[in-house]
Parts: sequence; structure tokens; C-alpha cells
Amino acid sequence: MIAAPEIDLISLAPVLVLSVFTMLVMLIDLFVGKNKSVLVFVALTGLLLAAVSSFAKTDWPVSSFGGSYVVDHMSVFFTMIFCLSSGLAILLSVDYNKRENIRVGEYYSLIMFCTVGMIILASSTDLIMIFLGIEIVSLCLYVLAGIRRGDTRSNEAALKYFLLGAFATGFLLYGMTLLYGATGTTKLAGIAEALSHAEVLSQPILVMGVVLLIAGFGFKVASVPFHMWTPDVYQGAPTPVTAFMAVGPKAAAFAAFFRVFTTAMPELAPTWEVLLSIIAVTTMFVGNLGAIMQTNIKRLLAYSSISHAGYILIAIIAKGSLATSALLFYMLSYTFMTFGAFSIVILLGRAGKENLELEDYSGLGFKAPLLGLAMSVFLLSLGGLPPLAGFVAKFYIFQAALNEGYVILVVLAVLNSAISLYYYLKVIVFMYMKEPKGDFQISLTPITLIIIIIGLIGTVQLGLFPGPVISLAHP
Amino acid sequence: MELLIFYPLALVSVILALFVVFNKSPIGSAVCLIGMMLGLAGVFILLQAHFLAILQIIVYAGAIMVLFMFVIMLLNLKDDDTKWKIRERNIFLSSATGVLIVGILYKIIDVTTDTKFDSPATVPDNFGTVEVVGTALFTDFVLPFEVASILLLAAMVGAVVLAKSKVD
Repeated sequence: MIAAPEIDLISLAPVLVLSVFTMLVMLIDLFVGKNKSVLVFVALTGLLLAAVSSFAKTDWPVSSFGGSYVVDHMSVFFTMIFCLSSGLAILLSVDYNKRENIRVGEYYSLIMFCTVGMIILASSTDLIMIFLGIEIVSLCLYVLAGIRRGDTRSNEAALKYFLLGAFATGFLLYGMTLLYGATGTTKLAGIAEALSHAEVLSQPILVMGVVLLIAGFGFKVASVPFHMWTPDVYQGAPTPVTAFMAVGPKAAAFAAFFRVFTTAMPELAPTWEVLLSIIAVTTMFVGNLGAIMQTNIKRLLAYSSISHAGYILIAIIAKGSLATSALLFYMLSYTFMTFGAFSIVILLGRAGKENLELEDYSGLGFKAPLLGLAMSVFLLSLGGLPPLAGFVAKFYIFQAALNEGYVILVVLAVLNSAISLYYYLKVIVFMYMKEPKGDFQISLTPITLIIIIIGLIGTVQLGLFPGPVISLAHP
Repeated sequence: MELLIFYPLALVSVILALFVVFNKSPIGSAVCLIGMMLGLAGVFILLQAHFLAILQIIVYAGAIMVLFMFVIMLLNLKDDDTKWKIRERNIFLSSATGVLIVGILYKIIDVTTDTKFDSPATVPDNFGTVEVVGTALFTDFVLPFEVASILLLAAMVGAVVLAKSKVD
């Protein structure tokens, strides 16, 4: 007789709810014909219910399934971010898909599958679960990146992402295997326990494992030198998917990255701190210097997202509870800014012509003052100017790092923040100081307006009154 | 008694592995590779790892070989291409690879002849059997097992979306 395993479905509530709704979306898709808007409602309902059901457990932290799944303030906060970012991505897709003629109902279910994977990723404390989560997320993204079958750039993006991603997954898995080989367990708490013994800690195999893990996670969060895919994939993927990729999956990968390194391997910190510091600094420099050269707004935002990954890596290096809340706050504010910026990028395009060059933004500031203002707010927030969310987010990360004594790292990050302002301001210069090239044909639909307003409120609110969210993010 | 089965199996595996390298045509190499995988599966059975043996056959001899064959067919080789082409001989690269392999082999022999390998840790009798793996799968690892189903479903949906959608 086999003893029945401990099963805690209430902990899993968000995953279950979202999975059910994902399948519901797929099933309803069969009956609705050409008009897919009902799918949007079902998908949004599912995301909302998943966000609510993440509070099903009240006495955090709860560990279940023999220590492989956890509900704590980090996983709940991340679940909120994921549901928000997926919801925004779905809303953003409605008009875009009509314009670009993407009439695939599975589009929405793939985004939701991806969200299921992200929640699993942020809540797992077991290497196998983290691996499965990463795979769910990546597989959905490969398909979403290439969903415009007729578009060669989209195909290129999907293929590039798939081949490199599969390779990176191999590295990640290899790293996990070595870690398992050295410690004899896949549970993060068990690994931390095993590493507290000196004879386990001294094994050279561990260093190999850590390096491979950094390579695998580094690819998923697009940090240098594993960032090569980012500009091409971000440019080729449909724009709402690009916005989604830059926020949700990246946040999920960071959640797992953070959890694995800070909860499982604090004993090994001297080894990975140095490596991660070097990666963080080069990521910031390559991202920011690369962005300066770009003339395509999607590539510019791709490089900007690389540099942001560099800032967030500092939170992992800083460890500690302050770093946790800084990471959570950063990801939330990054969600608002990025979706805001991308919604305007989508708005400027029209069927057959996406208007993605910086030249196309000439004169936007006086032709459509409010849109220009909104775009400026998002860009300045991404650049980290007070009093916007981006500033407070960076401030918290730098503070967390300073508390742990990483002064040089923070100095370099601040320097990079200054560099980044150059290219964000370049877009603003185009918008306000150049003559318009042609007419803007902007058809502002209510849905896009809602996204821009949500983005603006989030960016300004988090910048002016970060207190409530910070206290929510604090354990 | 075990050795009586092991040596023929090992011999066949090694010979087939050599055939993989020396075979004239890619298809022939691939077929020899299947045979070698089956031989390895036999070795796993001797080591009491029944489940691993079955996985070896299903995953390697089955799925991965199909992938190999698929790629070979996809390249659509013409008659004169069905033989391996030997690249220009690069003496430096060949000798560097040779030195590397000798080094690795030396290290492996060095490590495995260490005294602590003389008395390997004893494992339970049922180690690696289907029963034990199944029990672990449905108790300790029930959550990853179920999550894998979501992964497979997502992969299936994704593959169908990419393959079936019409290109204008």
C-alpha cells in the first residue's frame, strides 16, 4: 500500500483556476466563429479570478507538496503582476490582432498557458518544478513570437528564439543536475541545508552547476552575454507579444532566479556574487550603449529592457528582505511603464505599415499633444527620472544594494541610468523638436485608451505614493 | 553469469558504435546507432535499472532516432550526397581532439580506479525498477507529474497553431 501524497489544492488555486479558464478559452474558440472578442472576456475573467484566488491561503508562508510549492508574499505579489501583465497584453492584442489579421483563438489561450507557467515559476521551491515552469513559459513564447506565419521577421524571431532557447534550457537543466548531484535533493530548502555542511560545500562540481544555472537563467532574463536574441526577437514578434515578453515572462524568470540563488545557495554567495556583479555591470553597459545606436523603437526598447535586467540583477546580488521588496516593486512599475510605451508604439502603426522608425515619431508632440505627453512620461519613467515610478523602483534597488555594501555596483548603475536618459530623451526630441513627416492616422480605441490610462496612473501613482505598494511588497 | 550476458552486449554495442562512425551513408549510421542504443538498454537491464532501460529504448532508440531520420530526410540528399563527405584534413584540429580524448580517458581511469570505487554504496534491491519509479512519480513528485501535463498540452496546442495556420 502506497501512502497517499500530501495534496494541497488550495495553495494551487491560481494555477488551477487559470488552467481551467485556459481550456475554456480553447473550447469556446471552437464555437464563436470569426469574432474572437468573447474570448477576451473569458480570458480576462480567468486572469481576474486567478489573481483573487491567489489569496486563498491567508497565513503566509505556506509550503506544500513536500516543500516543492510555496505561497508567500513574493509568490502572491508576482501572481498579481503576472495577471496584470497578461491582462494588459490581451487587451493590447485586441485591436492589433484585428489590424494585423491575426485571427487565431489559440493566441489568447497561449498567453494564459504562459501565465500558468509564470505562476508555477514564481511559486516553486523545487528545481524540477522551476524547470517545468520555465519550459511552459518558453514554449508558449516561441509560438507567440512566430504567430504571424506570413511575416518573415516573425518567423525569424520564432526560430531564433526557439533554437537559442532550447540550448539555454539545456544549460539550465545541466546546472540543476550538477546541483542535484552535489547535494542529493532538488528542493531548494534541502539544497540550502546540504550546503551548510563543509564537505558538500567544497565540491568543485557545485561551481560548475552555479555557472551553468547563471547561463540558463541569464538567457531567460536576457542578460549579457546571453542577450543576442533579444533585439531580433523583440523586433520580429507581434508588438503586444513583445510587450508581454519584456514584462511577464521576464519577471517570472527573475522570480525563479532570485529564489534559487537566495534561498538555496546563500552559502555559495561568495562564488556567484562576483560573477553576477560582472554580468550585471556588463548588461547595463551593453544594453544602454546598444540602445543609443538604434533607430527602430522596438529595438530601442529591447536594448532598454536588457539594461533594466542589469538593474534588477543588482537586487539578486543584494539578497535580503529589502531586496525582495525592491525586486517586486521594480517589476510592478516596469509593467506599467513598458505596457504604456508599447501601447503607444502600437497606436502609431496601421495596417501594412507599423511606423516603427524613430523618424515616424517626428512631430508627435504637437500633432497629438496628449499622446506625446503620455509617451514622454513612460520614457522618462523608464529612464528613472523623479517623481515617476521608474525612479522610486531604481532607488529601492540601489538602497538595498547600498545596505549590503555594494557601493561600486550602485555607482556604476547610477552612471548607467544617466546614459540611458540620452536615448529616452532622443525619442522625446524627435516627438517635440522635429517637423512631422506625414500625417498621423491615429485611431484611438477605448481599449487602447484604457491601457494608456492604466499605465499613466500606475507610473505616476507608484512614483508619488509608493508607500502602500512597498508595504505590500515587504514581507 | 552476468558477465556472460554483459560481454556480448558490450561487444555488440562497441562494434555498432564503430559502425556509426565508419559507415559510408548517414542512414546506415543512424540504423547502427539504434542498435547501439538497444545494446546500452541491455546493459541498463543488467544493472537492475529496468525503467531506465525502457526509457533508453523509447526516448533514444525511438523518439530521438526518428528526429535524426527526419533531419536526414529533410536535407533531401541526392545520390552523390548519400555518402559522408570528409572535410579537408586539418592535422592541428585532429591532433588536438586526440590529445583531449586521451586526457579525458586518462582522467576517467584515474578517478574510477580510486579505492572508493572498489566498494560501491549498496543500493536497495528494488532500486531503479518500474515500481519504485512509479511510486516516486505518484507520491513525492505528483505535482511535477501533473504540471508536465500542462506543459505537454501547451506544446501540442502551440505546434498545431504553427503548423495548421494558413500562410497567404
